[in-house]
Amino acid sequence: MNISINGEQRTLEDKLSLQQLISILGLENKRLAIEVNQEIVPRSEHASYTLKQDDKVEIVQAIGGG
Amino acid sequence: MTTETAASINDNPLIIAGKTYQSRLLVGTGKYKDNEETRQAIETSGAEIITIAVRRTNIGQNPDEPNLLDILPPDQYTLLPNTAGCYTTEDAVRTCRLARELLDGHSLVKLEVLGDEKTLFPDITATLEAAEILVKDGFDVMVYTSDDPLIAKRLEDIGCAAVMPLAAPIGSGLGIRNPYNILTIVENANVPIIVDAGVGTASDAAIAMELGCDGILMNTAIAAAQNPPLMASAMKKAIEGGREAFLAGRMPRKRFASASSPIEGLFF
Repeated sequence: MNISINGEQRTLEDKLSLQQLISILGLENKRLAIEVNQEIVPRSEHASYTLKQDDKVEIVQAIGGG
Repeated sequence: MTTETAASINDNPLIIAGKTYQSRLLVGTGKYKDNEETRQAIETSGAEIITIAVRRTNIGQNPDEPNLLDILPPDQYTLLPNTAGCYTTEDAVRTCRLARELLDGHSLVKLEVLGDEKTLFPDITATLEAAEILVKDGFDVMVYTSDDPLIAKRLEDIGCAAVMPLAAPIGSGLGIRNPYNILTIVENANVPIIVDAGVGTASDAAIAMELGCDGILMNTAIAAAQNPPLMASAMKKAIEGGREAFLAGRMPRKRFASASSPIEGLFF
């Protein structure tokens, strides 16, 4: 399936969970927040959330700012 | 550590959204050379409330890069996620909700909705709208606004936890451009008034505190100094000095001189 991650198109295997995606990206144990199609998916639901074709995933973190 | 001066006895601590703070200096974490300089400056400032931004994680680039939250642990500081860079109500609200998820339900946010890239002045209509949505959604909103006393009051009425008028444009370092408006805002307020943006150097911070502001939020004034940790120390002292001067009550201004030594007992 094709999904968009932070604005970039990626081709990944079907029925991936959000938790699996995080681990593929090497972002385990990072302090992150994730939206799929502009809806927040709480951390407690990452493992049970299944991604589908054309999902738009946004992964954000804290950075320096005023 | 604290000496029992009249000033310290009479001062009330800064309370924002039910939490008490000893420091009246709030600092941003942007524009520093690196994480180490950020850490040093923030430690020296003595600030307890630290603003952060929420941005996309770099995918596939150096996943071991140190995270800002590693050097500024959330158990040591009160993190204040901001909506900097947002030009619409929707983006600002979305950013706050992401920040709440990012920080495990943390409800304190800094709302700013910008109206224009050149001035970075707030879009007041969008700010009011976003503030209403966020307050209803359970956020404790510290809101960046113009130095308009009527708008400051309306933001307070909406239920914002603190109102934060600008002293001058963000990052300009021009100092307190409209002290009388800031004074009016302070006099009308029942929530903390924090000057946010425009302070350039220590004297600007002291002036804002002498006007009775409850605190100052700054970033560039420290980060863009030649020696950021030293400026952080200067700001800490200026804010403490300005606060004490406000509490002490300054002497009235007089046009002509008044001798400090007694006239009585002159022997010539």
